[in-house]
Amino acid sequence: MSETVTGPTETPAAGTTASGATIRLENLTKSYPGNPAPAVDNVTMDIKAGETVILVGPSGCGKSTTLKMINRLIEPTSGRIRINDEDVTDMDPVKLRRKIGYAIQSSGLFPHMTVAENIALVPKMTGWSKSGVKDRVEEMLDLVGLDPREFHGRYPRQLSGGQQQRVGVARALAADPPVLLMDEPFGAVDPITRDHLQDELIRLQHELHKTIVFVTHDFDEAIKLGDRIAVLRERSHIAQFDTPEAILTNPTDDFVSGFVGAGAALKRLNLTRVRDVGIADFPTVTVEDPLQLIFDKLRDGSHNELLMLDRRNRPYKWLRRGDLMRAKGSLARAGQLVHDTVTRDATLHDALEAVLTDSGGRVAVTGRRGEFIGVVDMQTLMNSVHELLEADRLTAMEHQHDLEHLRGHQTEQELEGGGSGL
Amino acid sequence: MTPSHQAPPKGARPPGEHDVGGHAFRDEEAEPSPPSPGPPRRITWKKLVLVPAVLTVVLVATYLWITHVELDSIARNSLAGDIVEVRWWQHVRLTAISTFWVLIIAIPLGIALTRPGLKKAAPGVTVIANIGQATPAIGLLALLVIWLGIGPSTAIIGMVIYAVLPVLSNTVAGLNSIEPTLVEASRGIGMSAMGTLTKVELPLAVPLILAGVRTALVLNVGTATLATFGGGGGLGDLITSGIQTQRMPVLILGSVLTVVLALLVDWLASLVELWLTPRGLEEA
Ligand SMILES: Nc1ncnc2c1ncn2[C@@H]1O[C@H](COP(=O)(O)OP(=O)(O)OP(=O)(O)O)[C@@H](O)[C@H]1O
Ligand SMILES: [Mg+2]
Repeated sequence: MSETVTGPTETPAAGTTASGATIRLENLTKSYPGNPAPAVDNVTMDIKAGETVILVGPSGCGKSTTLKMINRLIEPTSGRIRINDEDVTDMDPVKLRRKIGYAIQSSGLFPHMTVAENIALVPKMTGWSKSGVKDRVEEMLDLVGLDPREFHGRYPRQLSGGQQQRVGVARALAADPPVLLMDEPFGAVDPITRDHLQDELIRLQHELHKTIVFVTHDFDEAIKLGDRIAVLRERSHIAQFDTPEAILTNPTDDFVSGFVGAGAALKRLNLTRVRDVGIADFPTVTVEDPLQLIFDKLRDGSHNELLMLDRRNRPYKWLRRGDLMRAKGSLARAGQLVHDTVTRDATLHDALEAVLTDSGGRVAVTGRRGEFIGVVDMQTLMNSVHELLEADRLTAMEHQHDLEHLRGHQTEQELEGGGSGL
Repeated sequence: MTPSHQAPPKGARPPGEHDVGGHAFRDEEAEPSPPSPGPPRRITWKKLVLVPAVLTVVLVATYLWITHVELDSIARNSLAGDIVEVRWWQHVRLTAISTFWVLIIAIPLGIALTRPGLKKAAPGVTVIANIGQATPAIGLLALLVIWLGIGPSTAIIGMVIYAVLPVLSNTVAGLNSIEPTLVEASRGIGMSAMGTLTKVELPLAVPLILAGVRTALVLNVGTATLATFGGGGGLGDLITSGIQTQRMPVLILGSVLTVVLALLVDWLASLVELWLTPRGLEEA
């Protein structure tokens, strides 16, 4: 096994991943027996390839039913489902599902199989070679940020909730399906873990470009993850289907604005990612550097503060000038441990949170494996927030203008129509 | 602000680590711990040795006693030659064959009764199986003898009817106790109905099914003593002839051997249970 555990590998191998497929739901309806009112009523929805679409709505509005009709865990009463323009409504459901990843709340891992066996299930069923399956399992574990050596042979009950959920995602992605369906996958984990899992999903999606349909009833989660959000009311009627920006700045009606909730300006911070703002350089040293060099760097005056990285280039300690003096030259005691970092996929909201809690007014940005990339500071965040809000204001004004224009036009037409009718 | 109200500090990690973004960072770079060796062996030496040791002592004591006790000609006749050995193996065969048929009937029936199409029939079938067990075994056997005549197969049919219930009801209960979300997940990732049954449902139901089988086995060792009334032989022959001829040693020998066989079978079944229970399902 040891040959597969060399350092970070670029996963999955370029060219082997199937990126997303389009999904088209046409007049999809589901009536459960014994209930005259349909649970899902005439839903039509177009989902682009490689897009993350979030279905959000109150409990019982038919989100899960709609989602499960896509892989036909629930057979639609009427309507058609097309994936990549192929009508899959009457296809063999078992074959269909092997091309659609499926991840659910509380992971749905099989407790009697190890992590590796769980992940290997679908590739095995679709006839991958033994060695292919084995490599794939390692690759998937690596992809979801679990050390294959450590987690390979564990049983689900030996994992934390968040780790189980990661394995659930790994299993869903193992056979490289173009489409991924997720039903409140992070619903059962604590908020901090949920945040990390969301970040991971965003990173994954950056690499993989799957078509993801994701069900949640948490609007903040929807904003954070979605390229587009479908706000559903009862029976899966679509109240609004648009980008998070548009829904935040322009909810179509009271139902949607009720769902958006208060603090739309703050929520706006969830829409921009650290990668979209300036990540600044920061002087670093590593724990392996000789003490003298660190001293010199701090003393030569160009910077007041250094970031010390550990042996894997991960942020470890903030070292201020004078810290070393106070610690009497002992590196072990000097400086402040880094308590929070953000990835490039973290939202500005997360970054702001981290900056506010750190006395230094900045936060270290890290890559996939926790390695240091740069820092984001308060000033950068403030500037981008101002820009964002200003841009939104302009869009809203334009929209308002358009609407008024349209209304004016309509009234004119109505007047004219009324006139000719007389 | 009392300390008891404070949330644990964010960096709360075992010594030598601190927390960054939910990941453990080791202050001193230790290599990640080697793959966990898994839970300790389930079959401890105690389980392996204790029961057989006790049973051996009992058997040896009984043997010493029966070879030294005064036996008259009638008693000696009942135990003559290899008759005890023959009865023992008859008993074992009766138990094995009836248990085999119980498994062949009860497990597939239990599976069928949990499939969507037949779910509604489950209560009815359980009631019938209940009647099978609630009827006194001896009465059941008498009825069967009247109907089918005397012979080993009559005895075996009686035993099967009597022992189907625990396996059937445990199979149904085991399959029904599986979380519906797991079955849904299995279908959702593209397993066929058959694959879901064999790879997910049955392994998860194994502990309960085996518990039922164990009960059935012990029941069968007991009811096999009644096979003598149906002409099936077994240790029951020793017991009844001991009673009829009023020879205590014969009666005691038959009873002791039956008890030893029941305990032995139960012990073997418990080992099989441990061995077949999927490792992920064991208590942590
Ligand atoms: N198997 C079923 N039989 C009958 N009615 C059902 C069934 N499954 C769901 N329903 C009904 O269909 C409606 C939609 O259910 P669904 O599970 O899709 O809601 P949801 O939006 O996912 O809700 P939640 O957020 O609580 O998960 C509900 O009113 C529910 O009672
Ligand atoms: Mg739901």
